[in-house]
Order: sequence, then structure tokens, then C-alpha cells
Amino acid sequence: MKKQTIDSRPAGPKPWYDPRVRSLFFQVVAIALVFWAGWTLVENTLANMESRGISTGFGFLDETAGFGIIMSLIPYDATMTYGRTFWVGLTNTLLVSAMGIVAATILGFIIGVARLSSNWLVAKVSLVYIEVIRNIPLLLQIFFWYFAVLGALPSPRQSIDVGGTMFLNNRGLYVPEPLTQDGFGLVWWALAIAIAAVVGIRIWAKKRQLATGQIFPTFKVGVALLVLLPAIAYFAAGSPLEWEVPALKGFNFGGGITIIPELAALWVALSLYTGSFIAEIVRSGILSVSKGQTEAAKALGLPNGLTLRLVVIPQAMRVIIPPLTSQYLNLAKNSSLATAIGYPDLVAVFMGTTLNQTGQAVEVVAITMAVYLTISLSISLFMNIYNRAVAIKER
Amino acid sequence: MAESTMKPPKKALSPVKWMREHLFSTWYNALLTVAVGYLLVTSVGPLLNWLLFEANFQGQDASDCTGAGACWLFISQRLNFFIYGFYPDELQWRVDAMFLLLAIAFVPQFIERFPGRKWLGIFGMTGLPIIGYFLIPGGTFGLEVVESTKWGGLMLTLILAYIGILASLPIGILLALGRRSEMPIIRGLSVVFIEVWRAVPLITVLFMASVMLPLFLPEGVNFEKLARALIGITLWQSAYMAEVIRGGLQAIPRGQYEAADALGLGYWRKMGLVILPQALKMVIPGIVNTFISLFKDTTLVLIIGLFDVLGTVQSTVTDPAWQNVAIEGYVFVAFCFWVFCFGISRYSQNLERKLDTGHKT
Repeated sequence: MKKQTIDSRPAGPKPWYDPRVRSLFFQVVAIALVFWAGWTLVENTLANMESRGISTGFGFLDETAGFGIIMSLIPYDATMTYGRTFWVGLTNTLLVSAMGIVAATILGFIIGVARLSSNWLVAKVSLVYIEVIRNIPLLLQIFFWYFAVLGALPSPRQSIDVGGTMFLNNRGLYVPEPLTQDGFGLVWWALAIAIAAVVGIRIWAKKRQLATGQIFPTFKVGVALLVLLPAIAYFAAGSPLEWEVPALKGFNFGGGITIIPELAALWVALSLYTGSFIAEIVRSGILSVSKGQTEAAKALGLPNGLTLRLVVIPQAMRVIIPPLTSQYLNLAKNSSLATAIGYPDLVAVFMGTTLNQTGQAVEVVAITMAVYLTISLSISLFMNIYNRAVAIKER
Repeated sequence: MAESTMKPPKKALSPVKWMREHLFSTWYNALLTVAVGYLLVTSVGPLLNWLLFEANFQGQDASDCTGAGACWLFISQRLNFFIYGFYPDELQWRVDAMFLLLAIAFVPQFIERFPGRKWLGIFGMTGLPIIGYFLIPGGTFGLEVVESTKWGGLMLTLILAYIGILASLPIGILLALGRRSEMPIIRGLSVVFIEVWRAVPLITVLFMASVMLPLFLPEGVNFEKLARALIGITLWQSAYMAEVIRGGLQAIPRGQYEAADALGLGYWRKMGLVILPQALKMVIPGIVNTFISLFKDTTLVLIIGLFDVLGTVQSTVTDPAWQNVAIEGYVFVAFCFWVFCFGISRYSQNLERKLDTGHKT
């Protein structure tokens, strides 16, 4: 910027001093650079792949994979395609992420509240838990649970027997599997009706409360409905449920549901680790609600439980939700550490074995990254919608 | 927050009264105290026994681990490997010298009023990496070459974290400025870059760096595995860094931008002289926190076959000469990381309190 006096001002600044021209110039340069870099990368990659004899395209997804996977939620065997291995890996990733999110949330909220407990011992124990767990690398914790704890469990023949129905050994945890018989559909119908009834009662109760001020015990009635209705249906249909108890056959257990140690170790480590971060978020969220709010609620005569439910928690949630979202995202991303202990998640199965067998790094990595991008964006979208719903409605 | 107002005097309670107020105020609190207390008493005793009282500290090899407790011999016997990896014994003074310089540059940062603390910090950010660049790999000034495949242990962990954070800082600043830019294309490119890197897990980035980077480069150009890992870590970390710095840029009041404009400063001088010095100072705690998480995440490099401190331990716990020492190894690594991370996080909390000058709204 050179000196400009007002009276001798030219018609406009010289083109290279004009901010609009400058910004246009820089943007054109940026686009050109990106295109040039992209072009070079593509050209190099194509040349490299040709010289190494790697084929391109997504045709490999239809080829036979030929390797086994120790755990899959959808039917899978070695004769299926690489495309199928992608879905096996994806469902396994989603499974451990969902399990981890549920457990970490419960744990985090309990520890976060305990951290603020008036009980000195409880508060200090929670503090120690938080400070120890979150300052130790997650991968180390996964190793610890997998190799040091679960690896030290007895072999199948010396399994730890829990009531003759659940068995724990170094191959995993074996629990009975519920097998639904004919007529179980009735129970599902009863559950659906109960849910609809609870929603209806809630709307009606709110309306009545607004009109008359009378409070209807929605929660108690709702729980009773949700438990009783399916239970009645269950017995009316003649208890149409059988349990398949795992039993020792040869060297290992057969029947029932198996939770493989890889899943268990990953789940425990992810939940404990993320739980410690969530606990800190919950604590700061609760502390962010000013004392005046609690005092005002008390002055209105609200009992402790209602104060918490109607005044403190809704306001704390506003502070808690955004960082909680990023913790959920972190958990989903951290579930990829499964590779290190051999839990067949997306990265281990698809980016590991499939990539090694086909050699088509570009396609495989692109698909994997696209999946994580989708998971991340959808979790943050979902949380943004929720966040908007609970945000302060300013007038 | 307001430090100027005096705090109420502390209540002086007799131990019995204190316990009644803090441990047994209600029946469920009493119940909780008893339950938690019971758990603590039954777990802490055996834990201490295992860690210290019944542990084995002296001897030569696994046969000397006779006690019921931990076998710390394993750690002391293998400590050299855990710290230096395969770095040749007679050249380890070079690594030690770097450790010393690192300590000289950064330990004073924890001590307020240490003379010349700022200059030591600046040396740590500029001179230190240059010295390290010549000293650790060797090859110049008559120093013997040590290939990067021989680096390992704690030394490698520190190198990864240190270079990762140092290199990602300038890239992060540029990306943050780009995201706040008024030029739509620059802004769009920055947003895409930041969001893509933030969305993918570090493992995929490391895989990509180790598998795909060789494909991207022209024939004949090749990096060592360590360099590829560093490129991946730096790109990934710079996206997080950009978000931290953006937070600082947004916290600067509009008046500062306008004042710089009114003085006739151009974009770079406005940012370099007015905005960034304030913004960066404001986000130092955030940068320190990103450093902590990067420090923990460096353990992931063992998955692509580099021997960081966890990698060296993981490769020795399966050594047949030592039986059942996995827990000891993990406890050792956990302790290393915990001391570092807990210390640094305390430092950043301190800093946060000191920097909280009431400017934030």
C-alpha cells in the first residue's frame, strides 16, 4: 500500500494493488497448483503401477478372496469375494464402535458425576482413574488387555465356569444363544404396541400437565408397560424361546455365542479410555451450570431429583454434546487399532489382507478412507441436529 | 476466576467431623465409602506387593526372578534396547547429547522466572532440530552413519513426536489462515484438506504413507520408512493443529483486525505482527494438548514396523529367555508415557490459568 492522498486519487488502484485482482490471481494459482500436483501424482502412480504390474479398477471386488476371517456378523467363508470381505470388516468396525460408544458413555457419565461427588473417597478414586487412563496410550492399553489379561486366561478345558452356562477361557467368552421358536413374533408385536402406547401416554400427559398442572407418572407407567406387555405375550405364546448352551466338544466349545478375546480386549480398552475423556466432559458440563440455577429450582420447591432432571441436566447437555460428539468420532477412528491385535475390522481385513493379496493400494485405501469420512460426517451431522434441538432458543 | 477477591477462610475440622462431612454424610454415601474402601484395601495391598515389596530388582537373568512379585530385572537388563533401539552402543553418546540438549531447552519452561527461558525455548524450536539433523543420523563432520532402521525405543518416540509437532505447526498456521481466508477457493481447499485428514484414523494415514507414497513418487525417488511415517504424521497432525489455531484466530476481537487494516498493514504484516502473536499465545494450551495426544499416538508406528518404545517392549516380551514379563513391560511403558503426559498436561493447565487474562468472552 503506497501513499495515497485523497485529492489526487486515481480512477482506481493499479491492478496489482487491487484486492479483487489479487485474490483472483492467488486463487487461480492455487487451483493450478492443486491440478498440477494431482496430475503429477496420477501420472506417477499410473506409471509406477504399470511397471510393477498392478492392475487398476474395482474389478477385484468380484474376485474370490480365499482367506478366512475369524469373526463375521454376516455369513462369510473363504470362497466369497473381496467385496464381501469389505462388508465383513465394515460390520465388525461398526459393531465394536457401537459397543464402545454405549459402554464409554455409561462409564463416562458415572465417573464424571462421581468426580463431583460430595463423598471424598469416591471423588478421589474417580480422579485417579481419569488421570491414569487418559495419559496412557490406547494401543498400550489394548495390548495390556489382550496379551497380559486375556492371554493369561486358562485353556478351554480349564475354562472358568459361570453357573454352568457361561464359559471364559483364552479363546473367548461363551454365552448361551437365545433361539426364537414359532410364535415369538407375538412378543415383538407386544413390544411395538407398548412403545407406541408409551409415546402416546407421554404426549397426553404433557398436554394434561400444560392444561391442568397435574403430573402423570409417565416414567413408572412407561416402564411397567414396556416390561409387562411383552412378558404377558411371551407366556401367552407358551414361552417360545430356547437357550443354546455352549458345551465343550473336543478341544473347544461349540454352540452359543462366542465373544472372541480380540473383540473383548478392544471393547474394554476403548470403553475405559474414551470413558475417561467423557468423564471430564461431563464434569465440566455440570460445573458450567451456574449455582443460581440450582438455587432457583430449590426456591421453587423442586425436589433434588427433579432439579437435576429438569434444570441441571438439560443445561449441562448443551455444553456436553459438542465435545462428546468428537469423542464418539475418536472412538470410531480408534477402533481401527484392532489391526494391532488381529480383530477383523475394516482396516485389518480390507486394508490389511485384501490389500496385500490384490496389491491394489489406491482403490483399497480410497474406499477405506471414504468409509471413515462417511462415518465421521454422519456422526457429526446427527449430533449437529441433536445439538440444534437442545441449543438455547433465543428470542 | 477472579483471583483478586479473597477466598473464604478454610473450615478447620477435626478428623472425626471431617469424615462425617466428607465420607458418611448420608446413608448411601456411607455405603459407597465402605464399598469403595473395601475394594481399595483388597486391591492396593496386593498391587503394592507385586510392584515393590515382593518384586525382583537384583540379578542377571530370568532365573533370578524368584519372588512372587514383578520381575523388574527384565526392564533393567533390556533398558538400553528400550531407550536406543538398535543404535550402536559406542555411538549412543550422540543420542544422550540430544536428550541433554532437549532437557536444557524445555525443562526450564516449567520453571517460572528462569533466566533466558524464552531464548532456550526458541533454541529448542530452531537450533535443536538442526543439531539433531546432523548428529543423530551422522554422515557429516566425520560422524559415523547410523541408518534410520537402527533407531528405536524411547529415542524414536521422541523424534516422531518432536518433529511431528514442529513440522505441523507452520503447515497448521497456513491451513488455519486459509480456512479463515476471504478467497472462496483457498478456503474450500483448506476445509477439504483439514476435514479429510481429521476424519480418517492415523492408522490409515500411516498405511497410506507406507504403501501408497512410493506409488505417488516418480521412479527412483524413495524415502526411508521413518521419513514416510513422519510425512504421514505431519500431514495428519497439521489438520488438528489448524483447528486449534483457528480457535485462536476466531477469539481475537474484530477490532484488532480493523485496527491493523486502519494502519495500512498488508495481509501478511497484519497477520504476522498483530493477529498471530496474540492468537498463538492464546492457543498455547491447545497446542500442548495436541502434542500430548500426538505423543501417545506415536505408538501406532509399531503397526507399520517401526520400533518405538512400545514396539521394542512388545518385541522382547515374546523373548523365550524371559517368561511372563508382558505385564512388567507394559507397566514400564505406561509409566514412561504417564510421567511425560501427566507432567505436560499439568503444565498446560497452569499455563491456561496464567494466560486467562480475562480477554476471552
